[in-house]
Amino acid sequence: MSEKQLSKLFGLENSHQIDVYIEQDGYRAVKKALSELTPETILDLVKAANLRGRGGAGFPAGIKWGFVPKGVDKPKYLCVNADEGEPGTIKDRYLMTNVPHLLLEGIIITCYCVGIHVAYIYIRGEYEMVAQRLEQAIAEAHAQGYLGNNILESGFDLEVYVHRGAGAYICGEETALLESLEGKRGNPRLKPPFPASIGLFQCPTVINNVETLANVPSIILKGAGWFCQQGLPKDGGTRLFGVSGMVQKPGVYELPTGSNLRDLIFQHAGGMKEGKRLKAVIPGGMSSPVLKADEIDIPLDGDSLMEAKSMLGSGAVIVIDEETSMLDVLKIITDFYSHESCGQCTPCRVGNPWIRKIVHRLCQGIGGPDDIDNVRRLADNIMGKTLCPLGDAAAMPILSLTEKFREELITSLNERRQES
Amino acid sequence: MISHYPNKEAALLPILHLAQKEQGFISASTEKQVAKILEISPAKVHEVVTFYTMYNRKPVGKYHIQVCANLSCSLLGAGSLIEYLGGKLGIQPGETTEDDRFTLTLVQCLGACEQAPCFMINFDYYGDLDETKIDEILDKLE
Ligand SMILES: Cc1cc2nc3c(=O)[nH]c(=O)nc-3n(C[C@H](O)[C@H](O)[C@H](O)COP(=O)(O)O)c2cc1C
Ligand code: FES
Repeated sequence: MSEKQLSKLFGLENSHQIDVYIEQDGYRAVKKALSELTPETILDLVKAANLRGRGGAGFPAGIKWGFVPKGVDKPKYLCVNADEGEPGTIKDRYLMTNVPHLLLEGIIITCYCVGIHVAYIYIRGEYEMVAQRLEQAIAEAHAQGYLGNNILESGFDLEVYVHRGAGAYICGEETALLESLEGKRGNPRLKPPFPASIGLFQCPTVINNVETLANVPSIILKGAGWFCQQGLPKDGGTRLFGVSGMVQKPGVYELPTGSNLRDLIFQHAGGMKEGKRLKAVIPGGMSSPVLKADEIDIPLDGDSLMEAKSMLGSGAVIVIDEETSMLDVLKIITDFYSHESCGQCTPCRVGNPWIRKIVHRLCQGIGGPDDIDNVRRLADNIMGKTLCPLGDAAAMPILSLTEKFREELITSLNERRQES
Repeated sequence: MISHYPNKEAALLPILHLAQKEQGFISASTEKQVAKILEISPAKVHEVVTFYTMYNRKPVGKYHIQVCANLSCSLLGAGSLIEYLGGKLGIQPGETTEDDRFTLTLVQCLGACEQAPCFMINFDYYGDLDETKIDEILDKLE
């Protein structure tokens, strides 16, 4: 049986305040880590737990931390990715609003493990109110000796700063985030070198998603074995799924990895809104390839979704009903990516607006079925041909939607042609 | 603020946020001033201001309404609400009312999709919108 670890305090009054949090056993993990465990033991624990990144790519956190070189005399940094820009994604806002101290605990333990003394939380600029809440939490933690110098008499020092983004989806990509934090345009960097060796201010840097770090305290308290039992052996723990679109109860649901997508939609999120029938689901944020209604009996874990040629991504499930035209969905997708391309790589900068133009014409009933092939060819020419994965993020949903809903797109086009 | 970073340039985004909070937008002369404080070129500041969508490059109304036009909100009727708002305020997206009270802007996903359709007025979020609710919200503004 799995337990709720991340969301158990959601809804508890004032769960964001340190006193309430501590009353609920908060900061026990930090105490245990700093007084009983060595950084090496923690690294082994997180590796054994096989905690996979919750930001989109699913890379194991322990392995990432292990890449940071030891014995360099440069400072090292932790960047917490709270950019939450992937359309459909809402979970990190819930975490930071309800349990900012859970995130801080994860940050403190991670920094202690990797030998980091400065952490930045890069939060999307629109989350001004959430950023203020984080700053308040940081001040509370300072006042009680969980941050600052010589934390809990352990000799370990750490400062955490909140850094606000300013409206750019690309800054959620980890190297663009680094550029943005340095005060520049968010143009992704070429990898290698990887941020673990040359990252923020040219120093070794760990970048993790909010939810990834929020899982660390329970691994410290309950162990790697327990964590693996929560979900799948190779992809353990629970995940926060954000469900939006045409469902009765949109919201955030914490379920073990490997839970069934149909159950998430029809049980937890209450099923379709009255009178609506399911047509399609985007399972992991807008970038993930779409699933048809008959493809949703599928476990929600990285490997299963990859097998279904989609992605678990950021766990953002968008539910689309029968009455919604997939041509309109396609239009919104292409609007988004052509707006958000950072402009650095030609295939993405030129390809996305071009696709957008064709799709907008189709929406007005102008063009023919071969335009859908043109869109596919253009998307194919972006796929894998850009410096950062934004190119792929744009191409994947376009390619899957135009493949799976080709007939419908043509029908919509013909209807709109007659209307216009 | 500058002390949070090992070099001054990294404080650029926070300082621009502060300037916008005070002045409502980032003017060319603000760009120059900021460049001077951080000891970087005005061109660099301009480059950054134009990259990020949240920096206003011209004045906005007292209430800046930013409506999400992304997928979850559109599934639940954002399109017709945008038309309704435009009609009510007598402006198109991207415009400001003549009395400088309202600016209407269409934005990408605000990360509040469970409350779709939604918008922000300045930094406050409002969700589960419909025409009645919009009327109520706007009526309450001074
Ligand atoms: C275009 C693009 C946007 C991204 N946006 C986010 C985001 O908003 N939040 C996030 O945590 N990761 C985002 N990522 C993934 C990050 O690059 C990175 O993989 C992640 O922060 C690593 O943390 P994790 O291993 O803990 O998941 C994005 C990636 C791309 C390519
Ligand atoms: S789609 Fe509107 S807030 Fe996410």
